[in-house]
Amino acid sequence: MNKVRLMLMLVGLLALSGAALADGHVVEIEYWQYNFGVRVDAMNALIEQFHEANPDVRVLHNSEFPYANFRDELAASAPAGVGPDVVTLFYGWIPAFVDAGYLVPLPAEDFPEEWIESHFSPMVANSKFEGSYWAVPTAVRSLALFWNKDIFEAAGLDPETPPATLDEFVDIAIATTTYDGDAEIMNITQQGYAPQLSGQAHHWFREVLLRQYGGVPYNEDNTEVLFNSPEGCEAFAWLASFETEHKTGSNDLFNGATESFLTGTAALHIDGSFRLGAIAKDYPDLNFGVAELPVGPNGERSTFGSYWTHGITRRAAADEARMEAATRFLQFITTAEAGALWVDMVGELPAQLESIGDPELQADPRLGAFTAGLEYAHATFFVDEAQQRQHLIDAFDLIRLGGMDACDALAEGAALEQALLDDFWAGRG
Amino acid sequence: MLQMTVARRKMLWAYIFLAIPIVFFAVIRIYPAFFAFAMSLFDYNPLAIDQPYVGFDNYQTLLAEMNKPRSVTRAAFVNTAGYIVLGMPLQLLIALAIALMLNEIRSFATLFRLAFFLPFVTSTIAISWVFRWLYQPQFGLFNVLLKAFELPQQPFLNNPKQALASILAVVVWQGLGFAVVIFLAGLKHIPRVYYEAARVDGATRWQTFRNITLPLLNPSIVYLVVLQSISFLRMFAPVLAMTDQGDGGPLNSTTTVVLRVYREAFQRLNMGYAAALTVVLFCIILLVTIFQLRVTTRRTN
Amino acid sequence: MSSVERAQPALPLQQASPVRSSGDLALRILVYALLILLAITMVVPFLWMIATSFKTSEEILFPNFFPDSPTLENYTFVLTETALPRWYVNSFIVAIFSTISVAFFDSIAGFAFAKYQFPGKRVIFVAFLGSLMVPTEMLIIPWYIMSVNPPIGATWVDTYWGIAFPGVITAAGIFLMRQFMQGVPDELLDAGRIDGVSEFGLYWRIALPLSMAAVGALCIFNFLGNWNAFIWPLIVTSALDMFTLPVGLQFFSSEFTADWHLVMTGATLSLLPLLTIVIVFQRYIIEGIALTGVKG
Repeated sequence: MNKVRLMLMLVGLLALSGAALADGHVVEIEYWQYNFGVRVDAMNALIEQFHEANPDVRVLHNSEFPYANFRDELAASAPAGVGPDVVTLFYGWIPAFVDAGYLVPLPAEDFPEEWIESHFSPMVANSKFEGSYWAVPTAVRSLALFWNKDIFEAAGLDPETPPATLDEFVDIAIATTTYDGDAEIMNITQQGYAPQLSGQAHHWFREVLLRQYGGVPYNEDNTEVLFNSPEGCEAFAWLASFETEHKTGSNDLFNGATESFLTGTAALHIDGSFRLGAIAKDYPDLNFGVAELPVGPNGERSTFGSYWTHGITRRAAADEARMEAATRFLQFITTAEAGALWVDMVGELPAQLESIGDPELQADPRLGAFTAGLEYAHATFFVDEAQQRQHLIDAFDLIRLGGMDACDALAEGAALEQALLDDFWAGRG
Repeated sequence: MLQMTVARRKMLWAYIFLAIPIVFFAVIRIYPAFFAFAMSLFDYNPLAIDQPYVGFDNYQTLLAEMNKPRSVTRAAFVNTAGYIVLGMPLQLLIALAIALMLNEIRSFATLFRLAFFLPFVTSTIAISWVFRWLYQPQFGLFNVLLKAFELPQQPFLNNPKQALASILAVVVWQGLGFAVVIFLAGLKHIPRVYYEAARVDGATRWQTFRNITLPLLNPSIVYLVVLQSISFLRMFAPVLAMTDQGDGGPLNSTTTVVLRVYREAFQRLNMGYAAALTVVLFCIILLVTIFQLRVTTRRTN
Repeated sequence: MSSVERAQPALPLQQASPVRSSGDLALRILVYALLILLAITMVVPFLWMIATSFKTSEEILFPNFFPDSPTLENYTFVLTETALPRWYVNSFIVAIFSTISVAFFDSIAGFAFAKYQFPGKRVIFVAFLGSLMVPTEMLIIPWYIMSVNPPIGATWVDTYWGIAFPGVITAAGIFLMRQFMQGVPDELLDAGRIDGVSEFGLYWRIALPLSMAAVGALCIFNFLGNWNAFIWPLIVTSALDMFTLPVGLQFFSSEFTADWHLVMTGATLSLLPLLTIVIVFQRYIIEGIALTGVKG
C-alpha cells in the first residue's frame, strides 16, 4: 500500500516537475486593470499569493492607464496582438466587448453555470450574455444613502435617524436647505439634496425609484425600453422636483453634488460603497452615516448593484498554455477569500454569497447598509453605458433647464435609448 | 559633357535632399488621408477581428442623424456653424478696432501689443480651465462681480442658452492677438500717400477708413476670414475642457464636430463613423479654401 | 488652436503709417482709455489664475481677488504629488526634438525647391502644400491605427516618437524656407561650387547661415505649436507618465475639478515657460507672424 502511494507520488511529482521543466519555461500572462490606487495594491497582493501557489505561472500586472484611457488602451493593444490575457472591465461594457469578439466565454468545466449562479450575488447573472458567462467579479458594489450628521443636528433633526421613506427624504431635504435670500437655487448656501444624474442618480432612478413606483426599466430580454411609463414619469418627476420645485439643490452648485457632500455643504447624498475609501482618505473629518436607500411608496426596497469583473481575452484563448494559466489565475482571484481581502483593502463588497453572509460585515456601521442591499440589488444590462447614462442626463436637463414636462423629457430619452438598443441588437443578427 | 554631369549631379542632390521629406509626406500625410476615406466605408472597430465593409452606410447614418431633431451629430454641426457665424465676425471686428487704435498711438504701443498677444500663445487647455473657474456659478469672479453690483447671477456654462456664447467668448478672446497682428501688418503696408491725398481732399476719418483703409486691408480680411473659419471648424479643446465631463453639454448645446469625432472614434470605438465625420469636415474645409483662392485670384485680376 | 499653417499672400514691404490729425486730443484720450480697458480684460484672467494659485482651499470660496495670506502649499503639492514635473519633461523633449527636426528638414527641403531644377519639382511641391488642406482631425484616426501597429518597431503608443512623428516635417515650414532661400544669391552658390564645396556644404555653410532669421522664426513657432499641441498627444498617450503638459493638465484638472486652487496652480506652472518665451522673444514672434502669417 505504502509503496504504491509512494510510487504514485513520485510519478506525480515527476510528471509535474517534468511538465514544468520539459517545457523549460514558466507561462507568462498579462493582467490589466485601470489605475486606481487601492485596487492596484489589492491585486498585487493577490498576484503575490497566486505566484506562491503557482510557480509555473507569472502574471504581469499592468495598471498604469487612467480610467478615462483604459478602453482606448485596450483598443490600441488588440490589433497589434498584444494586451491582456485576463482583463478587468466594468460589467456594463461586457456586451460591447463580446460584440467585438474581444472576450471568450469562460470555460464551462472550470466555471460551471450552476456554481456561478449558486455562489455569487444574483446580479452577477448579468454577465450571462448569449447563453454564456464571459466574466466573474471579485467584488461588487451597491448604492446607499449617505447623510451628514452635523447638518442634521444643526437643523434640529435627530442625527442618528436618516430618512426611511421617500416622503421623509423630501421633508428632510427641505428642512436642511438654507438660502441667502429667497428660496432660489442660486441663493442656496447649504443643500438638502442635489440630484446628480451624471453621478449615481441615474442608477437610482432606473433601478430603484422606477421600481419603487411600480415600473421596470426594460423588458425581459433587454430589447425594449420601458421606463417611459406613467410610473417612470412619476418617479422621474419626483427626482426632478428637488431642483424645480423644492429647490433643495443642484448639481451646478458647489462644484457638483458629490463634492458638495464631501465638503459638508449637502445633507443627503446617494452614492456607492467605493466612496467610503475616498472619504476616509481625503475627508476624514466628515461626520456622516450610511443607511439603506429609503423605501418606496409601497415599502419596496431596491438598490443598484454594479461591479468590475474579470474576463479572459481572445489573445489568451489563442494559446493553450496561456488559456490554462489565465483560467487558473481567474479562479484564484474570484474565490471567497479573494473577496474578503478585497473588502479589507478596497472597501468593496465580496462577490461571493459566502462572504456576504459574514455577520461582522453585516453589522459594520457603514458597509452594513451596502451589504444588506446586495440581497435586493438590480444591475442594469447596458449595451453602451456612457450613452445610456447621457440620455438620462439629457432628459433630466430638459426638465430643469428646458422647463419640459417630466413625461415628455423621459419619452425623448427613452426614444434615443431605444434607438441605441435597436442598433445593438440588429448588429447581433 | 561636363555641364551635363554637373546638372545631373545637382538633380541627384535635390532628390537626396528631398528623399526623407517625400517619404514622410507620402506615409504620414497623404496615405493616411486616403486611408481615412477608406475607413469611412467600413464598420471599423479596433477591438474586433473583422472590419466589415459597409459601403456608404456610415454616411447614410450621418444623414439620418442630421435629420433627427435632437441628435448629437446634428447638434455638433449646428453648433460648429454657430461658432463660425458668430465667432469669426466678432473676432475680426474687435481685432480690427484694436489694430486701428494701436496704429494711432505711439507711447506704450509695444506693451499693449504684448497684452493682446499673450493669450494667443498660451495653451488653450490652461486658458479654458482658467475661464471655467471664472465662470463658476458661486465663487467664480464673474458671478462674484455680478453679485457685488447686485445684478442677477448667471449660470454661464451650465445653461444651454448661455453655454455656447460663454465658450465662444473665450475662443474669441484668445484668438484676438493673432488677428490684431495680421491687421497691424496689413495697415503698415498701406502707402502713406493715399492718406495724404485723402487729407488734401478734406476727407473725414470715416471716409478715409471706408474708402482707403478697408479696401486696402481686403487681403488681410480675406486671409483671416478663411483662417479663423477653419480654426472654428476644428474647435475641440475648449469644449472638452469647459463642459461637464467634456461632453459638450448641457444638452449638447456646445458640442462640436471634432468633439464628436473624438468621442465616436476613441470612446465608442466607432471609427468608421468617425472617419466619415472627418471626411465631411475635410470637404467643408476644402470648400472654404477654394472660396479663398477664388476671391484672391479674382482680386489680382 | 494648434496648427493650421498657411502662408499669407505676399504684400509690398513699404513703411507707412496713417496720417494723424493733429490736436484731436479727445480722440487720443478715448483711444487710450479703450485700449487700457481692453488690455485689462486680456490680463485679468491671468492675474485671477495666479492669485488663486496662492489661495488655500477655504479661501477660494471667498470673493476676494488677492489671497489674504498667500500660501505656497499648492505649488508644493502639485510639484511633488502629481506627475506635472514629468509632463514638463515630456513636453520639453517632444518640442525640442521636433523643432530640431523641423529646422533641418524644412530648411533643406526649402533649399532644394528654391535652388534646384529637377523633374517632378512642381508635382512634389504641390503635393506637399496640398497636404495642408487635410485637417489634422482627419488624420488622427489613421495615425492612431498606424501607431498601434506601426511599420517600424513595436507600438508607437506612449512613446516620444509617437507623440512627435506627425510634426517632424511641416509643409508650411518648407514653404517659408523656400521663399526665404530664393533670396540667397545664385552667384554665391556657384562660387562655392567652383571652390569645391559639396552640394550639402552649400546648404549647410552658405544657404542655412544666410536664412537664420527665418529658421529662428520657424523654430519659435514650432516650439510653441508643439508645446501647446493637444488632440494628437491626447490620443496617442494613455499612460500617465507619457502625457504632455496640456494632456496632463486636462487630466489633472478633471480629477481635481473642485480644487480650483490646485487647478490654477497647475495652469500657472504650465504657462510659466511659455510666458517667459513670449515676453523675451515677443518682437521676434510678432514680426514673424506678420511676415509669414503662420499660426502657431
